Amino acid sequence: MDKRDPFRHNVLTSGHRACSGCGEAMAARMVTDLVGPDAIYVNATGCLQVFSSHNQQSAWQAPWVHSVFANAAAVASGVEAALRARGKETPVVVQAGDGGTFDIGLQCLSGMIERGHNVLFVCYDNEAYMNTGVQRSGSTPHAVRTSTSPPGLFSQGKQQLKKDVLSIMAAHHMPYAATATIAYFPDLKAKVEKAMGIRGPRFLQILSPCPLGWAHDSALSVTVARLAVETGLFPLVELEHGELTGVMRLAGQKPVDDYLRPQGRFKHLFTGKEGAVELRHIQALADARIRRYNLLEADTQWDTASALRCARHGRGGYVSSSLSVSQGVDNVL
Amino acid sequence: MRISTFREIRFHGRGGQGTVSAAALLALAAFEDHFESQAFPKFGSERRGAPVEAYVRISNTTIRAHNQVYTPDVVVIQDAGLLRSEPLLRGLRQGGLIVVNSEQEVDDVGNKNDHFRQVYLPASSIGERHLGRPLPNTVLLGALAAGTGWVSLIALEQAVTKHLSSKGEKMVTANIAALREGYGFVSSEKEPVS
Amino acid sequence: MKQLLEGSQAVAEAVRLCRPQVVAAYPITPQTHIIERLAQHVANGELAAEFINAESEFGAASIVLGAVTAGARAFTATASQGLLLMTEVLYNIAGLRLPVVMVCANRAVGAPINIFSDHQDSMSVRDAGWIQLYVESNQEAADSLIQAYRIAEACELPVMVCMDGFLLTHTFEPVALPTQAMVDDYLPAFQFARTLNPDRPMTLGGASEPDNFQEYRVDQHAAMENAQKVVETLDAEFAEQFGRRCGGLMQGYRLDDARTVLLGMGSLMGAVYDAVDQLRDQGQAAGALRLRCFRPFPAQALVQHLKDVQRIIVLEKALSPGAGGIVAAELRAALQQAGIMTPVESVIGGLGGRDLTPDVIEAVFQGIPDTEAGVTSRFAPDHITSASDEAERGEQSYG
Repeated sequence: MDKRDPFRHNVLTSGHRACSGCGEAMAARMVTDLVGPDAIYVNATGCLQVFSSHNQQSAWQAPWVHSVFANAAAVASGVEAALRARGKETPVVVQAGDGGTFDIGLQCLSGMIERGHNVLFVCYDNEAYMNTGVQRSGSTPHAVRTSTSPPGLFSQGKQQLKKDVLSIMAAHHMPYAATATIAYFPDLKAKVEKAMGIRGPRFLQILSPCPLGWAHDSALSVTVARLAVETGLFPLVELEHGELTGVMRLAGQKPVDDYLRPQGRFKHLFTGKEGAVELRHIQALADARIRRYNLLEADTQWDTASALRCARHGRGGYVSSSLSVSQGVDNVL
Repeated sequence: MRISTFREIRFHGRGGQGTVSAAALLALAAFEDHFESQAFPKFGSERRGAPVEAYVRISNTTIRAHNQVYTPDVVVIQDAGLLRSEPLLRGLRQGGLIVVNSEQEVDDVGNKNDHFRQVYLPASSIGERHLGRPLPNTVLLGALAAGTGWVSLIALEQAVTKHLSSKGEKMVTANIAALREGYGFVSSEKEPVS
Repeated sequence: MKQLLEGSQAVAEAVRLCRPQVVAAYPITPQTHIIERLAQHVANGELAAEFINAESEFGAASIVLGAVTAGARAFTATASQGLLLMTEVLYNIAGLRLPVVMVCANRAVGAPINIFSDHQDSMSVRDAGWIQLYVESNQEAADSLIQAYRIAEACELPVMVCMDGFLLTHTFEPVALPTQAMVDDYLPAFQFARTLNPDRPMTLGGASEPDNFQEYRVDQHAAMENAQKVVETLDAEFAEQFGRRCGGLMQGYRLDDARTVLLGMGSLMGAVYDAVDQLRDQGQAAGALRLRCFRPFPAQALVQHLKDVQRIIVLEKALSPGAGGIVAAELRAALQQAGIMTPVESVIGGLGGRDLTPDVIEAVFQGIPDTEAGVTSRFAPDHITSASDEAERGEQSYG
């Protein structure tokens, strides 16, 4: 426990070299403080690894290992197997960016899940390979400018859609997979705590804005993350064994423009005919996601056993899982 | 007898301040002025705010070596805050020039015995006025050109026009204005402290 | 007409001029600027190629393999961890005798993770069957890239152009780029005899058994040895058409009456030439030999250049832990094979981007003392901090 603040472990402590406003740093701090220092963290190559373990210094106050880009899930599998063989219960957590999850890391992740390792895999999704200079990843959304999906005479940014990694997770029928963001901390907290209470492979995809790569004001990281949710572009959902068991309902639907305008990575869409077409595409994507997860009308009363552990309110609020349902659900965090 | 020219300049800044661009622009300008030149950075992974160094060599003969600059003739400091934590002046030659982005004279720029020349200018504020962001680099380049006479203002402007063309005409014009103001700041100043 | 170009830019332009039809890559520092420029060219219609963002380097290498078998000129680039991740495919490409060309932006290999230049990455795959050329400048990088396609397509062997990460990729220096017409003249349209085609079906990549495998390797080895001539010839042809040479297999500097010669590869040679000049000014008979083509290993030519030299030093930016310098070991073997028993001083330096400065090179020329008996290689000293550096550090206030 960090002596300076009795309510924080500071597993990721200060002095690291993240950019100001880094969404990944915020998310990592949230997650690792919720999990705590009694865990083994396996980190893939990427921004978090680089800014937290730069040049013979480390910002980690918990056991932490970094190997290469593609293998974090496999290394974690080995860690977990060894702990099991030694009769130890220390939790194992993988931290990877979207590169180490969606693309180069997908093979090892799939293997880890398929074999059923008791590992929590956390993806800090900033939607591009930020560490190496903002190149596109499978997670980069449609029409985004990156350095390898640049707009040009014949291009409006990334052609392809954002890879639906949650559906890939669902197809593994893994015990728990969920999305979260830095803008909804109680939601993220509930999901981390829930995940930590489940055995087997678990997955969290946390939308983590990158002011540099998304080209927005570094003070707006949380705002931008919130807008991603409020427009329906990034639904906050939970899947257990492939079935949808939790949805954070939206009070209303904001137009995607609200989300796109503050970000320079979409700037090219606001000039010209082709850009306007893409804006309509993006709105259509948001609408489709809202329909798919029924975000505007989701019935937030679920009766699965795990859902009952977290009572919900109509507008998407959560009660801390540490309070029992009967104690009164007036405390909406 | 041909006068041998060999000059080394070191830039210090933070990621996001255009330090590497500044070095490239200086080398480009020298090249426009028919010198051999070379520019390259020393930095870690892409990270805004982290300390960055960049080097320039200017010569009238082919530059073959690719190592870092250890004995610069000029040190350009794009972020005076770095003076607190980094040995920015290491190797600066006797009588060398320090160009500092600062609103006022900075005390701990060591100048006791080595007869360095110093130039201070509020490059970030000047940059902000022209570019809308506190980018000091082109302002400092103008100051450097005036302070050394090693590259012409015209060559710098040509370099800016070529190198920043992808950012659009407005940015090119704004950067040229920033260059000129930096240049004018130094060339109109009294004799710098030595 | 020279321009001041970043090394990555020079390479990207050279690639564009070679008209590849498929470019596939996965970003890794310090190669990123190369592929970003190519992506922009494709996005602007300036390069008529499929630009494929691979899911990993293993994918990228596999994509260019597939592209070449289907009759398209292809390009990829990587470094360090990425090169190692694609290693299985590198062997595969070479064994299939495919004319793939790639750039390796030489970078140290982790652990510990390090993004700066050394040659451990390309050295690690020296047995994969790729031709490996090490360039010393951005000009040579661009020119070698163009030559590489000719060499690859003539020999049906893949070619890796190795250029130092950051030291060349991120350095601006003068480069003359040829015109499209000049490159088209030198490099004809892509032709590959074993292109997959329903009109003439072929099976590529079948299995082999003990009674025929060795012959594949014999052929491959012979093709690699023959490639030495091809590298020289095509460089000479390039010189005729473009007016400058890359050095063929190797390039000497003030070798004529040199008693001490330092052999090395890549951008470190610039500082070596400066050191040679200084030593010569002091009356010492020093010289340098830049090895450009490491694979195939041009043993005969090396022996020719070094047979009368009294003191041979190899300075390299890689090592085989537990064995020592790699180039040094191969040179020793070549000399001994020719009956030349001149000892080779093996010096390793510049690892992980450690700067090889003029004073370090000078110390290497003067001789690195043995630290232990029986050691096969020594390590170059660090840049010697000057007295004024120390004084400055003392005077800094830490607020």
